[in-house]
Amino acid sequence: MSQGKKQRIHIRNGLVIDPANNINEVRDVFIAKGKIISVSSDAPDGFNADIVIDASGHVVCPGLVDLCARLREPGQEQKATIASETAAAAASGITSLCCPPDTKPIIDTAAVATLIHEKAQAAGKASVYTLAALTRQLDGASLSEMGALKNAGCVGVSNAYAPFKNNLILRHAMEYAASHDLVVHLHAEDIDLRNDGCVHEGQISTRLGLAGNPAAAETVAVSQILALIEQIGVKAHFCRLSTARAVQMIARAQYSGLQVTADVSAHQLHLTDMDIGYFNSNCHVSPPLRSLRDREGLRAGLSQGTISAICSDHQPHEADAKLSPFALTETGMSGLETLLPLSLRLMNEGLIELMPLLASLTCQPAQLLGINAGTLTPGAKADICIYDPEREWQLDSTTLRSKGQNTPMMHWEFLGQVTHTLRHGQFVFQLD
Amino acid sequence: MKQQHLQLDHNKRLRHFLTTEGLKRDLLVEILDTAESFTSITNQQIKKVPLLRGKTVVNLFFEASTRTRTTFELAAKRLSADVLNINVSASAASKGETLLDTLRNLEAMHCDMFVVRHPNSGAAHFIAEHCAPHISVLNAGDGRHAHPTQAMIDMFTIRRHKHEFHNLSVAIVGDILHSRVARSQIHALSTLGVPDIRVIGPRTLIPADASTLGVHVYNDLDQGLDGVDVIIMLRLQRERMSSALLPSEHEYFRLYGLTKEKLALAKADVIVMHPGPINRGVEMDSAVADGEHSVILQQVSHGISIRMAVMSMTMSPKGTSQSERDA
Repeated sequence: MSQGKKQRIHIRNGLVIDPANNINEVRDVFIAKGKIISVSSDAPDGFNADIVIDASGHVVCPGLVDLCARLREPGQEQKATIASETAAAAASGITSLCCPPDTKPIIDTAAVATLIHEKAQAAGKASVYTLAALTRQLDGASLSEMGALKNAGCVGVSNAYAPFKNNLILRHAMEYAASHDLVVHLHAEDIDLRNDGCVHEGQISTRLGLAGNPAAAETVAVSQILALIEQIGVKAHFCRLSTARAVQMIARAQYSGLQVTADVSAHQLHLTDMDIGYFNSNCHVSPPLRSLRDREGLRAGLSQGTISAICSDHQPHEADAKLSPFALTETGMSGLETLLPLSLRLMNEGLIELMPLLASLTCQPAQLLGINAGTLTPGAKADICIYDPEREWQLDSTTLRSKGQNTPMMHWEFLGQVTHTLRHGQFVFQLD
Repeated sequence: MKQQHLQLDHNKRLRHFLTTEGLKRDLLVEILDTAESFTSITNQQIKKVPLLRGKTVVNLFFEASTRTRTTFELAAKRLSADVLNINVSASAASKGETLLDTLRNLEAMHCDMFVVRHPNSGAAHFIAEHCAPHISVLNAGDGRHAHPTQAMIDMFTIRRHKHEFHNLSVAIVGDILHSRVARSQIHALSTLGVPDIRVIGPRTLIPADASTLGVHVYNDLDQGLDGVDVIIMLRLQRERMSSALLPSEHEYFRLYGLTKEKLALAKADVIVMHPGPINRGVEMDSAVADGEHSVILQQVSHGISIRMAVMSMTMSPKGTSQSERDA
């Protein structure tokens, strides 16, 4: 979107929650030239608003920062496009999101990263960041040109779901990334232990006769990575934890001073393997939905701060990708549009206060990515989400904007709906 | 539960037969009783009844099978249906056609029933969820999940010999982890009221949290067989050795193979079953397979009656359900 004359906007009377600045009260937000001018009770001297938004009864918070959303472009445009998914993000209050490197082609050259950044820029609905491939072609064997990829704007490195050939390669990859000050995002899974497992190994895998993915596939990988980190002293970020035990291991590592962080997908905080019912392929995700005990462990990890970010783990699919017997379907669910509502549900269930909850959706993931986003600090880019916390709505095919309709939460009722999203001081979404 | 709706019509009658799990006791008993009434037909000179005349049954097999397919075919023919055998593993799947495409093509040929065998768990549920509403789906084995007609054959055989279920100890021996037959048997046995269901095998072949299925787990054959009324031996696949689940067939037979000595640990009137085909000298000794306690060949002959029963019950709203015949 071409940036015309930026308007002066006055957001009146909303409950402003800005975790980075410890603000949690009714205030006004003043925006000019695409940036936050002030968050206060009175207009700055000489401020004449072009637009006044009455946010009474609404929450005004920084635009959400999503650590992991697959936009499927380049390479899988039959599933979704950067334009379609960033529009869905904007409608969900998400103003910044980060793509993992497993696009087609893979983000292991500056050209692919640049292509994504430019397409996102042209679409103009959300700021799109990229993680570079940690190894060339995600082969788990040879290092990517991380220096060049960082210059091209990649904010971190990851091997996505692809395994490393061995721990020596992983060690070198982490050391090399550290020398470029790139945070390594790791999907901790021992693929041998996972074997052909497609659901959590336990009661449900046994009943349905589906191959089980044991919790140890995650915990064994986490413990190996922690041992390596301790040895070489680098930062690392664990993506999409799924087991209670891994949360405990990471909590202990954090306590002993290791620089490790972790995130969880919103769906893992709500669903368990029981939700698979009779082979619901929309619940086929990686890592798999696990036991109730694991879900409680993940929730505890969030409320106690071991897990510092909730992400959408958005993986849109075309309908056909999910129309097969369970194990043959592709993994992942469409998640952008349930990120905020599922998170708010945690607050409504009494797990966590609004301020730390929004921190895990704004300033904390922004900090993990090292990007300037997720705050309402004067001078910051005006990325803002306004939502009505009392508004009830239902997720269905008419409200779902993503091209990926693959969510097991279809027809769920939610409380709290985004009414406005601003990115760089411009409206990228307004509810009709 | 969704599965209840999927298997039953609005009158709570069997519409598809996908799994023994979640079906009421009365319905399982009705299957056994209906099968009992069909056994007499099997013994008549003219072995046909016109219950499915004009209907087309498709044996849709995505996995090789001779025995199961043949008994389904015979059952359908004895009910006067037209039968189409389609071996999909060799044709469509290899050309990249999806299961749904295959289904749509067959629907266009106006078939009435799919008998489905597929290597993936949940395939029969998937087909039942997506096929046209007039079509009935019978699960002839999906992955490791279910093989409900085989389980009902075994229930039929047990009832013939033991008459009641509520006082039995039943042991299932072998590769429980990969066995769709075992899962369907366990659900059927517990629904029919068997108080003591045991599964016996090394830990590598027992699924996680197996006790949540309502069974007692034994790793030792001698302990597991102690005082049982029924022993069901499962087939052992060769690939279990290559995937480090077992060291050798020899050791397996030594520890879990059924011999006359082991058989002596069970009740004196124990019956021995096997869904077949048997690996002699791996799962059991020939002396046991062919011995006086073995009812393995009876299982095979009951296969046709059970499949006729399930076909007639699912296919026709005015079929041969017990209640209607009594009315």
